[in-house]
Amino acid sequence: MNSGAKRFLIAAILVAAVVSAFSAQFNRYYLGVVIDIGINVILAVSLNLINGHTGQFSLGHAGFMAVGAYAAAKISIVFSDKIPAQLAPVLFVAALLSGGLLAALSGLAVGVPTLRLRGDYLAIVTLGFGEIIRVVLQNMESVGAASGLKNIPHDTNLFWAWAFAAITVFVVTSIVNSTYGRGFIAVHDDEIAASSIGVNPVRYKVTAFVFGAFFAGIAGGLYAHHKQFLSPTGFDFLKSIDIVMMVILGGMGRTAGVIVAAVLLTLLPEFLRGFAEYRMILYSLLIIVLMILRPQGLFNFKNPWRAKA
Amino acid sequence: MAGQGMSASLLQLENVTIRFGGLTAVSELDLQIGAGELVGLIGPNGAGKTTVFNLITGVYQPTAGKISFASAPTAKLKAHHLARRGIARTFQNIRLFSSLTVFDNVRAAAQLHCERRVINSLWRGRAFREGEQEIARQVMELLEIFQLGKFRDESAKSLPYGDQRRLEIVRALATKPKLLLLDEPAAGMNPTEKVELARLIRFIKDKFQISILLVEHDMQLVMEICERIVVLDYGIKIAEGNPDEVRKNPKVIAAYLGD
Repeated sequence: MNSGAKRFLIAAILVAAVVSAFSAQFNRYYLGVVIDIGINVILAVSLNLINGHTGQFSLGHAGFMAVGAYAAAKISIVFSDKIPAQLAPVLFVAALLSGGLLAALSGLAVGVPTLRLRGDYLAIVTLGFGEIIRVVLQNMESVGAASGLKNIPHDTNLFWAWAFAAITVFVVTSIVNSTYGRGFIAVHDDEIAASSIGVNPVRYKVTAFVFGAFFAGIAGGLYAHHKQFLSPTGFDFLKSIDIVMMVILGGMGRTAGVIVAAVLLTLLPEFLRGFAEYRMILYSLLIIVLMILRPQGLFNFKNPWRAKA
Repeated sequence: MAGQGMSASLLQLENVTIRFGGLTAVSELDLQIGAGELVGLIGPNGAGKTTVFNLITGVYQPTAGKISFASAPTAKLKAHHLARRGIARTFQNIRLFSSLTVFDNVRAAAQLHCERRVINSLWRGRAFREGEQEIARQVMELLEIFQLGKFRDESAKSLPYGDQRRLEIVRALATKPKLLLLDEPAAGMNPTEKVELARLIRFIKDKFQISILLVEHDMQLVMEICERIVVLDYGIKIAEGNPDEVRKNPKVIAAYLGD
């Protein structure tokens, strides 16, 4: 089973590379949507580690994404004309990783003091964190403040978006399915019982936060080099809600379901472009209907944690 | 038999007191459990049994007095630290991991003594795979000993009540404890199940060579299997001794039957 996960990773990256090689032949609009899907898969799967598997309720994912996006974009802008052109992909990956690491660091900074909180209290704290990030960015002249950060190199392509999506899925499922990773679900189910078997709930929660924030930061960097423009308003509370919706719609802790939900919720607003203002109403209706009909998530089927030996 | 293990006691409570505001829940309690001993802690409702339990497992810190385990003080240690040191427990109201299978409930506990951490689970090299196989083997072995092997892929919460109790004990044993604390394991069981439980507890003690502290409301079960019994009433130890001594102790009779 273990080599299966590795095989999936290699296969997915190869497919991304092959498809990407032909991407010049695709309609640019569709290509953009497909890249959006890849980015949203990263966001949803990484949030699923925190909200789904570990059972914490974080509303700050857009904040971590913003940290990664701005850090990566700034690095690219500052260094892109100082290095030879053939090193551009190296700079791009380095910028993404730095953005991810900075986001992970902020995940640690938020996580350590707040993860003693539970449920709704944690949700409020992470919500506050996301807003702080947004307001800080809105007032930072060096990243364009409220008028936004422009002229970010267009480095994100289909390959990078989908390769990182595959890596995210691989990392999250590998961690969670290992014996070590059963601890996340133990914490999710019952913290007191978890600590009685030697699982340190705070440590697991912080680990989930750091990993989740890292990949949110990567997604942010990809997003920045895809849209080539960043505005603080793009990382507001509604963006976090969007990601939370993907996790809930897919079924908390069900990676496959969350991926499908990320794809659906990326495509849905594209189909609804004509009435974009009603998007949130449709979202809200969708979640109400979903919670009534399938409170366990759309794609939550029987016996999801099937043990493998 | 009486007075054994004076120097080699595994768990030692000296003068332990805990107050909640003005209420003294446990007062100056002395308690020793030697290696391989099966000790019962009994008392009427509200006597402080569960509080003692929570003191030993690190849920509460004593207001005064000292608790030490395997010759080291346990002050300030949290439940997960104590689990690592070798104290495992079950819960009065069963606390299984409901979204995990029977197998994974035990596997989550078996991770305590494996040092394969996050990075190994990503690289998935040979050492990691062998480690995982070894854990799976140990888990299955434990499940088979307790006749739970056939349920390995069932969801833990779908098991019948008695099996859930057993699974919780198996999960505790998977942490390889030196001391197993059982919190009212007979709660909600019928007489046949209680007989079965008594046999199970004795079996665990012999097979795994560990100490067991049994907190029980049910006198009969405790009298039947414990070598030594400590009786609490209103947070004070009113008697200690073998089942016969305790049974005849007038203070115990008074506490249980009322004055």
